[in-house]
Amino acid sequence: MKYKSLAIFLIISSFFLTCILSIWKIMSTLQGLNFTNLNITPVFLIGILLSLAFVLIGNKMNHLIKIFSLSLIFSILYFYLNETSPYWYIFGVFLITLFFTNKLKKYSLQSLKEDFISEKIIFDFITLFGIVFFAFVILFPFYIMLVTSFKTQIALLVNPLDFSLDFTKSLTELFKSYFVIFETYNFGRYILISSAVSIGTVIVTLLFAIPAAYAVARLNFFGKNFLSNSILIIYMFPAIVLVIPLYTVFSQLGLRNSIFGLLIVYTATTLPVAIYMLQGYFKSIPKEIEDAGIMDGQNWFGIILKIIIPLSLPAIASVALYVFMIAWNEFLFSLMFLDSPKSFTLSRAIQYLSGDAETPRQYLMAGSVIVTVPVLLIFIYFEKYLVSGLTSGSVKG
Amino acid sequence: MSDSLSKLEKRTAYTLVLPAVLLVFAIVLFPIFANVWISFKDIELKDIRIPEPRAKKIVKSISENQSELKIIYKLRNSSLIQEIRNVQFQDKFPTNISPVNLDSRCNFQSKKVVCDFGNWQAKYRENFEITIQNNNGEIINKKIIKSQKPILSGKANNPLLTTNFTLENFKKVFYENNFVELLLTTFYFTFFGTVGAIIFGILAAQLVNQNIQGRTYMRGILLFPYVGPVVALAYTWTLLLDPNSGTLNALLVNFNIIEQPINLLGQKYITMSILGFEFKLRLALTTVIFFEIWRYFPLAFLFILARLQAIPQSLYEAAEVDGASPIQKFIHITLPQITAIISILFMIRFIWNFNKFEDIFLLTGGASGTRTLPINVYQQGFAVSDIGMGSAVSIVIVMLLLSFMVIYFRLIGKRANEV
Repeated sequence: MKYKSLAIFLIISSFFLTCILSIWKIMSTLQGLNFTNLNITPVFLIGILLSLAFVLIGNKMNHLIKIFSLSLIFSILYFYLNETSPYWYIFGVFLITLFFTNKLKKYSLQSLKEDFISEKIIFDFITLFGIVFFAFVILFPFYIMLVTSFKTQIALLVNPLDFSLDFTKSLTELFKSYFVIFETYNFGRYILISSAVSIGTVIVTLLFAIPAAYAVARLNFFGKNFLSNSILIIYMFPAIVLVIPLYTVFSQLGLRNSIFGLLIVYTATTLPVAIYMLQGYFKSIPKEIEDAGIMDGQNWFGIILKIIIPLSLPAIASVALYVFMIAWNEFLFSLMFLDSPKSFTLSRAIQYLSGDAETPRQYLMAGSVIVTVPVLLIFIYFEKYLVSGLTSGSVKG
Repeated sequence: MSDSLSKLEKRTAYTLVLPAVLLVFAIVLFPIFANVWISFKDIELKDIRIPEPRAKKIVKSISENQSELKIIYKLRNSSLIQEIRNVQFQDKFPTNISPVNLDSRCNFQSKKVVCDFGNWQAKYRENFEITIQNNNGEIINKKIIKSQKPILSGKANNPLLTTNFTLENFKKVFYENNFVELLLTTFYFTFFGTVGAIIFGILAAQLVNQNIQGRTYMRGILLFPYVGPVVALAYTWTLLLDPNSGTLNALLVNFNIIEQPINLLGQKYITMSILGFEFKLRLALTTVIFFEIWRYFPLAFLFILARLQAIPQSLYEAAEVDGASPIQKFIHITLPQITAIISILFMIRFIWNFNKFEDIFLLTGGASGTRTLPINVYQQGFAVSDIGMGSAVSIVIVMLLLSFMVIYFRLIGKRANEV
């Protein structure tokens, strides 16, 4: 049994090491290194040797000294196996190997005799591999978006794999795409429009949603159950089936190409989710606090303003952030309703830019970075609120 | 006393709810019903403008003394298809000015020229002239005359409100639209997009639920594709997958994994051979599905992770004592705990994927075999400009959606009793 689990351990761990090293190699290729071979088999074989050496040495050596010396030997072997590569690349290989051997710490010839050890090994390494895989797959497009915006068209055509940034250039050279899209393509205006529409939507939605959510959460009236049930059903209906009637009516009313028209539509489409999220929170506020307010002779307006809103600020904040993100990211309605460049939102402007095949792609990517960064910053900063809001089960996409 | 209180409560409730309800009704519910109306009409994009009478005023001098001026009104019907009935015209002039030889259709009274032009056919055009003179023989200020704009009014049918209906749109949807392929593509996209997102969601949730360092960061990063703007992400992918200079193809060619770049978003089929069997894969559609999975697995991940974290640790400890393997633990403890959330997720995502428009539109525009029902609404309504037909497709979507919802609520109702 021991040999079987040892074999599985060697193969799986070496496979994992090969995968990370391949990702490292791909990333280095994108920095302009001229690799044409992933060298999977030799790396895999010396990976097996490394793991074998690790378990054979066992506790005979101090852990730190062991991983340092093993990583060093591995890196040197790797260096000879590979095509010519600069020292920073090999240093990266050394760090990865260090990380890898450190992860091997809990395995020894002894531990390989445990129950279900093969399954545990597989689970351990799949977890590690999965995390590297997911992080890579998710971040890679964002990385490409960012670095492309700093390159020039010619450089990208000469070598589409070279994404290295030349920091010796002046800052104006480096940020040229950003200057161009602000000066030639008027992105400053689009940022303003997008912010105005999104912030406007947040304010109007809250103005409508807070009273309605309060009524649904607290008051008794005919049709209340029907209302609270239909909120979610309405939310299931897609924007695409609303587009044609809204387009025709807005054309006749002259609301197309107007920020006001967009604002109405965004408000109406985000209201159901806002009411749904808010009423859930309002229900959790103890009723006694309101009763005290009623005793003081407050009317409903006073109760909402002085009791409900101050008590539910976190929920209101999270709804506001959501509505902002939905309105900021919205594309379908802005595509349908806006055809004059004077009233474009950011998303629509980028789509318009891409409609011209001549537009250099670094401009497109610079625009994409501009529209993405605010949302990601908000998300990272307020992650806790947003995640709890998301899991309340109501955000569409 | 309590009766009047409950009345007050009701009235308050209605005042609070009404604005929101009205707005949602006007923007969300009304269009759904309006679709039914439009889908039975033979109407195109160019028909939806209500025709209106228009006039362009040109002022010309005719004599040396400038106490007389000629005014030309270029009159026209803005519509190329519809007539305007009972067109009324009115223009104001300063004091002491009166028209000479006024057209028989017009009157001059209290400083105004009022005309009744009758009916204008579609494409109607006329150059209508008035000569004016100053009664005291003084010079007329051209600018003042020009700054006064004529007022026109007329009655026209709103083509949306006429009552001639036709079944033509639905006939076209079902018989001339490759309807079966459209439906199959939509279901293929929806089903695999949903299942893929859930599988990756389970994997990611299982990973993040382990005790690893930096798991909160990991959770944040995993949600990036979901919160990012679709336009930016779709164009980044297009760039990444571009056959000529895209990074992915360049990498694959560079490492000799493929010989020729593959047009992942522009090629309808690719022939693959696995174990000697050759079969055709819908390449562009598959790529779009992968984008869909990439963008929406985070939502599934988040829900499943929340459920996983609620599973009592004691269950796993008990299983450990019983000597269960990691796989057994997953199958017998984790999986039963997350089936409820998975089925809910499946149904929600199924409905939303079914309606997905932006992602496909931005990646392929519906070309190379990625035409789904929502894409078809756009193509019919705005690319072919056949509004009636677009509405008919919308109605088909709504109908399918309603039937999904009936199934969904039936199943969820049962689920709710089980959980």
